[in-house]
Amino acid sequence: MNTLLFVVVPYICLTVFVLGHIWRYRYDKFGWTTRSSQLYERRLLRIGSPLFHFGILLVALGHIGGLLIPESWTSYVGISEAAYHFVAVALGTVAGFCTLFGAAILIYRRRTTGPVFSATTVNDKVMYVLLIGTICLGLGTTVIGNLTSEPHDYRLTVSPWFRSIFYFQPDSDLMAQAPIGFKLHALAAFALFAFWPFSRLVHVFSAPLGYLTRPYIVYRSRDAVPARRGWDRAL
Amino acid sequence: MRVMAQMAMVMNLDKCIGCHTCSVTCKQAWTNRSGVEYVWFNNVETRPGQGYPRRYEDQETWRGGWELNRRGKLKLKGGGRFKKLLTIFANPKLPAIQDYYEPWTYDYETLTNAPLQEHTPVARPKSLLTGKDMKVQWSANWDDDLGGSIDHGDKDVLLKGIADKVKFEFEQTFMFYLPRICEHCLNPSCAASCPSGAIYKRAEDGIVLVDQDRCRGWRMCVSGCPYKKVYFNHRTGKAEKCTFCFPRIEVGIPTVCSETCVGRLRYIGLMLYDADAVLAAASVTGDHDLYEAQRKVFLDPADPAVAAEAERAGIPRDWIEAAQRSPVYALINKYKVALPLHPEYRTMPMVWYIPPLSPVVDVVRDTGYDAEDRGNLFAAIEALRIPVDYLAQLFTAGDPAPVDAVLRKLAAMRSYMRDLNMGRDADDSIPAAVGMTGEQIYDMYRLLALAKYDERYVIPPAHAEQAHSLEELATSCSLDYEGGPGMGGSGPFGESSGGPQPIAVENFQMLKDRQTSDSLSGRVNLLNWDGRGRPDGLFPPRREDQ
Repeated sequence: MNTLLFVVVPYICLTVFVLGHIWRYRYDKFGWTTRSSQLYERRLLRIGSPLFHFGILLVALGHIGGLLIPESWTSYVGISEAAYHFVAVALGTVAGFCTLFGAAILIYRRRTTGPVFSATTVNDKVMYVLLIGTICLGLGTTVIGNLTSEPHDYRLTVSPWFRSIFYFQPDSDLMAQAPIGFKLHALAAFALFAFWPFSRLVHVFSAPLGYLTRPYIVYRSRDAVPARRGWDRAL
Repeated sequence: MRVMAQMAMVMNLDKCIGCHTCSVTCKQAWTNRSGVEYVWFNNVETRPGQGYPRRYEDQETWRGGWELNRRGKLKLKGGGRFKKLLTIFANPKLPAIQDYYEPWTYDYETLTNAPLQEHTPVARPKSLLTGKDMKVQWSANWDDDLGGSIDHGDKDVLLKGIADKVKFEFEQTFMFYLPRICEHCLNPSCAASCPSGAIYKRAEDGIVLVDQDRCRGWRMCVSGCPYKKVYFNHRTGKAEKCTFCFPRIEVGIPTVCSETCVGRLRYIGLMLYDADAVLAAASVTGDHDLYEAQRKVFLDPADPAVAAEAERAGIPRDWIEAAQRSPVYALINKYKVALPLHPEYRTMPMVWYIPPLSPVVDVVRDTGYDAEDRGNLFAAIEALRIPVDYLAQLFTAGDPAPVDAVLRKLAAMRSYMRDLNMGRDADDSIPAAVGMTGEQIYDMYRLLALAKYDERYVIPPAHAEQAHSLEELATSCSLDYEGGPGMGGSGPFGESSGGPQPIAVENFQMLKDRQTSDSLSGRVNLLNWDGRGRPDGLFPPRREDQ
């Protein structure tokens, strides 16, 4: 059972994630957008959207730190587990609640603003369930876990398991030792990854960092556009 | 010197009757799809008025265009690259749909399927955003012909500098129309604002386009454009803008707005300019110097040195010849009667305007004096300071001198040509008073009053050897509405996902052939057919003929 959940499922989901993005980029560049609804409503968006996005960027950074950097490295540079845990929980909880609060504003806005609600697709709704579900499970695990006397050190179980997936030597036994909250959070996250390339979340990968370095005015020749004939179906 | 070619337009405002034909035909051609109901690539504004979207000229609010920073360097008024990225999650300067208008349709179905009742059923307005009943409160030309100006006439941004006491009088005496399309600027701030680099200026003809495959919907271009001529398609989540009808231009026919203009007030032609001089010209210190600075960026195509340099830069021979015949060049740099729209935005706009003399003429005529007499007209231009100041705020960043000079030239042309038309001797003191010769005045008159189709539109076709294929981006099939015959509308990821439908360039080529050929070969006018015989082209050839 553990092998199925923590070896087979992650590999399937990550494969879908990678191939899905490649396929989507090739097939659907035109549909690759943020699908902004700011035109319809901006008052709530101006609070909710930065709160959510900056929050989730912090959360993402925290996950990179917690999952990818082994505990031995941080103790080697002299950061004790207790200190690490304190900082991670404090920052993570703040960022997590920012994210959740921002998302709450955005969902409230989406439901109550007429034009925004009409522009919401089924795809969006599925994405919201997966995304908010994952965030809640993660935040819940952190908060509840820290209310008990001895919080679980996920850097000895979840993190090595997560890294082992990428070495192609998956060790589901590590994950088996983790509390149920972590397991559910991880599974929800993989479900989200599998759905990611088919949702509006693809806009994460178009973060326009090139803007910082490119010249202001872009010139392009007609030649630069790939040849496409009128009778070709765009593919 | 780095010579580049730019397709440019001049509009003669004296001839605009405000009929909106350009807007309507443009909309039919480009924006009759869902998601762009509120989008008018071409719109006609009544001035004084708020424009579309409302008060778009108020750059203290919208922060569009460029400005000089403290060190005198050109920077985006809306903030630099870092600020753009930090505010990317909620663009602080994006106009809301209410600044445009909420698009609507009418519930016509009730007219046919309402049950028998005492009162006549009515078609109620329904919002195209929510599908719910709505109250229609504003549109793209709600203040057309100064409609409702008692209520909101004071909201015109340009009236800020004009004293309150004269406002009312001013509105009564002075009104004209301003058709607007994308300016296809030499220094486009929309392109500079685009985080994804999706907006580009075409190297061959300077047309500014949005690459629909690269646009990610960050909306910074909408805020960046001071003319608010980039629009956000709220269904596809992509920016769209006037394309200068590039598929038509590429085969040598004018834009839809020009083609259908009832007053024939639009001129299209090439301008050659020095791309290396653009930044310096856009950075001159005084706002009043921007008009002259931009004029100096343009190169004289008749100058052999310029022509040689252009050829070295890879501009084809027939394009250089077209630039020499360009009516736009003549109006901007030869007769100097065309002025740029809001040069103070420092984007170096490329759709220029001949300011209207007719309101001045009307005032003179209304007072009972001879409205074609030079003395009367010059005196009126002198006396009508407020209209001149208003025009100066539109076209020369507030400097009345160039506007004054243009109006005097137009007045001189009127008086001079009247003498000729009445069979009197030409009075050479009239052109001399505005620094022109009689011959120049006559040529200008020809261009403004008589010019035929091929003189108003000098458009060299794109070269096949330059482009392996013509571009086929920017829009989808207009039949792709829900359940429409195109039916390519919705992909699996929402509105219009999948590739955009290509525009069939062949159609434009055929359209041009049809418009320019002398005979009706291949087509039969059924109205002229008496039903006898077999006119050529009516039926496919018989088998034995083949």
